[in-house]
Amino acid sequence: MENIRNQTKIFFLRILNIPFAFLMHAIDLIMWPIQKIIGVRNMPYIFLLPNLIFFGLFVIIPLGANFFFSLSSGDELLFAERELPTTKQYDQLFDCESYLNPNTCTEDFFWRGVYNTIFFVVFQVGLMIFFSVLTAVILNKKIIGRGFFRSVFFFPVLLSPVVVGLIWQWILLKNGAFNAIIESYGGDKVSFLTDPSWAMASVIFVSIWAHMGFYTLIVLAGLQAIPPNLYEAAEMDGTSRERIFFRITLPLLMPNLLVVFILASIKGVQTFDEIYVLTGGGPGTSTSLIVQYIFTTGFASSGSVQNFGLAAAASMVLGVVLLFLTLMQLYFSRNKESKHQEI
Amino acid sequence: MNFKFILKAISVALVSFSLTLISAVSFAATDVRIMWYGDGDKENVPIAAQIDEFNAANPDINVILDIVPYDAIMNTLPIQLAAGEGPDIARVTDLGGLNKYYADITPYVADPSYYEKSFGPFLNWYRKPGDTTSIHGFHSTMTVTGPYVNKTLFEQAGVDLLGPGATWEEWAAVSIEVAEKTGTPIPMAWDRSGHRVSGPAISMGAKYFDSNGDPKLVDDGLKAMTQMLYDWHQAGTMSKDLWGSVSGSKYHAPNDWWNAAEVVFMMSGSWQIGRFANEVGDDFDWWAVPAPCGPAACTGMPGGNALLAFNANPAVGKVMDYLSSKEQLSSFIGQVLAIPGHLDLQVDYQTDDPNAKHALNTFAGAVPTIDQVAFDLQAHVDNRIMFNAIISRLGQAIVGEMTMEEAWTRMDEDVEKQLKEKYGG
Repeated sequence: MENIRNQTKIFFLRILNIPFAFLMHAIDLIMWPIQKIIGVRNMPYIFLLPNLIFFGLFVIIPLGANFFFSLSSGDELLFAERELPTTKQYDQLFDCESYLNPNTCTEDFFWRGVYNTIFFVVFQVGLMIFFSVLTAVILNKKIIGRGFFRSVFFFPVLLSPVVVGLIWQWILLKNGAFNAIIESYGGDKVSFLTDPSWAMASVIFVSIWAHMGFYTLIVLAGLQAIPPNLYEAAEMDGTSRERIFFRITLPLLMPNLLVVFILASIKGVQTFDEIYVLTGGGPGTSTSLIVQYIFTTGFASSGSVQNFGLAAAASMVLGVVLLFLTLMQLYFSRNKESKHQEI
Repeated sequence: MNFKFILKAISVALVSFSLTLISAVSFAATDVRIMWYGDGDKENVPIAAQIDEFNAANPDINVILDIVPYDAIMNTLPIQLAAGEGPDIARVTDLGGLNKYYADITPYVADPSYYEKSFGPFLNWYRKPGDTTSIHGFHSTMTVTGPYVNKTLFEQAGVDLLGPGATWEEWAAVSIEVAEKTGTPIPMAWDRSGHRVSGPAISMGAKYFDSNGDPKLVDDGLKAMTQMLYDWHQAGTMSKDLWGSVSGSKYHAPNDWWNAAEVVFMMSGSWQIGRFANEVGDDFDWWAVPAPCGPAACTGMPGGNALLAFNANPAVGKVMDYLSSKEQLSSFIGQVLAIPGHLDLQVDYQTDDPNAKHALNTFAGAVPTIDQVAFDLQAHVDNRIMFNAIISRLGQAIVGEMTMEEAWTRMDEDVEKQLKEKYGG
């Protein structure tokens, strides 16, 4: 009986296998001559080819096109109709009497974007790391509803940046929910989004709210990887909680914090959508970052000349910054791997 | 069944299939795609009804109406056109700025002289410099910029409305008085737009062009008006919350504040009439008032939107003929409560709202008083470059990023820089 059952099973499996066998034979028919020509050693390149084609089409070619755009001028979109080559865009971008004062630069909007981006990244990343560690440490403890709170902190990460921008706009507008609460307690309304001294702080706060959950998760993973026996030994020695945190937790979290720092910095430099929805880069240019400058110059000029060349040059500069940050990340992560291997 | 029979059967099947395909293609309706922005349902519903009617009467043409936000017309359409991927027809406001993409539909319209007779002065706004004959489309609605006041607030404050000839300073003074007496938070609000600033600037003496007719933005007239706007923001006559809520040359209208009766005086234009009639309703009385005066004139800016063709073919010509016909335009304008761009059109406005009726009369009456500089500016191909320079730099000065002196220098530099990029040099 058992034998019949097994044979039936094998029979059905063979039937099911027919299309796969057919497919594999078909692939083999194509691959075999290729392997014959290029050799077994080179076959991995053939398997990588589909992915490389997509990568080339959607990353490498646009990158090259962007580079050539940055070396051209005019308001036409097609290369054939543009003046090429010229370094005019880079000259214009870097034409400043003093780089510390955007008002002395030909492209003052770009330099305001640069300074705003630096300010934004420094405070957003710094505060985000602080709050991520704080939240992760709390969520790592055995508190009631720990799973629920972990989900709550992660939830904003799932929201679209446009949704984040709109939600907080409704809350922070002068006639928004937050001011209604302030007024109900007898306070004066605050222009969170339209007062230059408040706008950047509001934008940083919203950005931290939206992204903190992701970084908290990374830190939490790091906390859970710390061997508990270290804490037990420290407790047996009567070490204070602060000392445990600064001498055990923080040093062992450093690799994770480094990842958080670099990822958050890359993300911070690229920030655009949620701020564009929230403040439109205003008031004036006080929350306008580099990516908004690129977008406005190239694509949203509202009837002015669409300066694709200048936008491309600015994005090349941004690309260099991002490349530097990415190389840093690679360097540190490889350093970490080699240390692990040494251990 | 032999091999020859199978071959014959396959051949017959292939020929039949090909014939079916060819006939299907031959009799397929020609698609005409229109990119349309509208001020909400008040404009979108009437145009959609007209398109449906056209499609029903013309089975050989299939008009597809793509309703898009205004931003798409300003920012996405130029890129689509530059890439050769634009629609067949679009409703645009940057009339001269896109002229290199317009198609000449003269051979495809039934009566080219109808366009000359009906839309004559506006056709030059779409044409390239030197071209005096091409037909690219027609004016959908004409607009005139000008102010509105919350009449109910004036009545509550016991302050009389000012008549024709009142200056900008006088209007600002009474608006402040009304706001103080009624506890209204914002005495004055303007659309954040260089176009809106330009009428008043011309009233103050701005010329916009040098003696050769080339753009020359900053002069004493423009300085006077922009300084006044700056001062009003610093004094609280205008709220920084409005112009400060966006950056660069981004357009922003104070409609939410106006609808909530938080504004005494609003500088906008005739296109708001239908919107106010719908949105304000009976909440308060609103009145359009004549353009305030400066030392040089009492003018608003003309403008409007036009349906312009980017492809020329018989189907596009037929659609244009239909939409520009007196019957269709009159029906559309009557529903949307706008000023017609057609020179000989009797419109039966479909409203009982006395505020809307008064506003339509006021703005229609303002057309003859529009200064020639305003017409020249509106017709100039690079006017948007000037409008955007005004608003982005003035916006920066208002929030304290630069002085007015620096803003004026930057306005001229911006215009010069953009023109160089566009024309080389």
